Amino acid sequence: MRIVTLQKEATPVPESLESIVEVRGISKNYGDVEALRDVDLDFPRGKLTSLLGPSGCGKTTLLKIIAGLVKADCGTINVDGKLVSAPGPERAFVFQDFALMPWATVIRNVAFGLELRGVARSEREDKARHYIVEVGLAGFENKYPHELSGGMRQRVGLARALAVNADVLLLDEPFSAVDEQNRRKFQEDLIRLRTNQNKTFIFVTHSIEEAVYISDRIVLLSPRPGRISRIIEPEIDRSGDPELIHRDGHYLDTVEEIWQGLKQYVE
Amino acid sequence: MARLRAQSEAVGLSLVTRVGDFRGWGNHPVFLRLVSIGLFAGIWEIAGRIPVSFAFPTFSDTLMAFFRLMADGSMPVAYAATLQPLVLGVVLSTFLGVGLGMLCGLWRTGEWLAIPIFIVLQAAPVAAFIPMVTFVYGIGMTAKTLAVMILALPVIVLNTYKAVRNVNESLVVMGRSFMGTRWQVITKIILPDASPVIFAGLRLGVAAGFVGIVLAELLITPTGIGDLITFHRSRADYAEMYATIASIIALSTLTLVFLQWIEIRVFRPEDRGA
Repeated sequence: MRIVTLQKEATPVPESLESIVEVRGISKNYGDVEALRDVDLDFPRGKLTSLLGPSGCGKTTLLKIIAGLVKADCGTINVDGKLVSAPGPERAFVFQDFALMPWATVIRNVAFGLELRGVARSEREDKARHYIVEVGLAGFENKYPHELSGGMRQRVGLARALAVNADVLLLDEPFSAVDEQNRRKFQEDLIRLRTNQNKTFIFVTHSIEEAVYISDRIVLLSPRPGRISRIIEPEIDRSGDPELIHRDGHYLDTVEEIWQGLKQYVE
Repeated sequence: MARLRAQSEAVGLSLVTRVGDFRGWGNHPVFLRLVSIGLFAGIWEIAGRIPVSFAFPTFSDTLMAFFRLMADGSMPVAYAATLQPLVLGVVLSTFLGVGLGMLCGLWRTGEWLAIPIFIVLQAAPVAAFIPMVTFVYGIGMTAKTLAVMILALPVIVLNTYKAVRNVNESLVVMGRSFMGTRWQVITKIILPDASPVIFAGLRLGVAAGFVGIVLAELLITPTGIGDLITFHRSRADYAEMYATIASIIALSTLTLVFLQWIEIRVFRPEDRGA
């Protein structure tokens, strides 16, 4: 494990890593509540970065600002060197509550991002089929969301985000509405999936174990106002069996370390 | 559904409920529905034979009267007259009502302008407006079409408006995040998501439209079905009168079933077997 920074004044990203998303001076208030205060953050290309923190630390707000779904009060977001303020083709979102259309089949849901972009039906369905297989849902193309389990529904949400071929995937607590067994299986699959996809993942979670298990880099946020308290790189070898990570001493130490750091914010 | 039932019973359309609960139309075996209709016909037959009243014909007499009216052409002619303002009024109410409701649901100013009027209209005993409509528009097609519309429109507008206001916000955000235009979000997400409640309003509205046309033909000028009912009542041809009343109830029921079918076919395919 490597602690990249303890204070936010320190440079958040080592020089060697090229960053794809740059967050500069982002602040956001909801009425009297200060959700985020002057956040500077860089997300390295091709890595999975988790935003981790207790509820109320503004992690979902930050993700939605990056997605262009929520306007920041001040500050800027750069993606691939371009200033963004609205949703764009280089970013795709995976929703906590899946946000699947109940009246549409799996294949139509997966192809929906392409449908909105005006891609011809046969072309978008070919692409959708490819990603349905990729997330392990082959054979479910013509099912409706209510016929699927929570874990499978979120796989549809992930396939939809993959299908638009965005460079950056934004995942908002994607596993929080998925039951424990399915969540573990899904986390393992996500690790495997990452090796085939050359994508940048930004992952919001409140689970320390989940963050350490899947992330290349973890950004710890402190609540009220939301700001960065630490950045940690777990440096866990995920090339082998994902099952073994849970018993890895390094994994367990990192989880414990983060817990000690976050404890103070928990009432 | 409970509201539909209450409303239809209030105007004597109790046959609507006999045919079965529309919600389960896909999964109840047809057999059970036929048993339900058979049972109703049987009770009617017995009640007619007692007889409950001198003016209460048996089911079989009514059925025979129905065939007589069809054979001598008086019923087809009556329906030809009734269906014009009815279909016109219902179609206009559907498009106008859904359009207005969508507008009010999506646009704040529209909401403040229009919704209070429809809330008042829905609460008002609008049948009382029919003499007023006659006063302004005379006794022709316009007055009858308007009679259908003032009964059908408020519930369609209000249901559509509520459906649009209560649309799943998360799906709308999803549409935005995948770069859907406002128009795409409305047509591909808001409309299908709101369609169950919109269709509930349409079913209520269409049923109210049938009430409107019968009222108009009884109150404004005796034409079509209203005339047939009045005529046979005056001649004490009770079987013919009942046959006419039952036929319009049956038509209303079939229309509502057809509406349900369209809804499941076009907008909510996932409910097809569920």
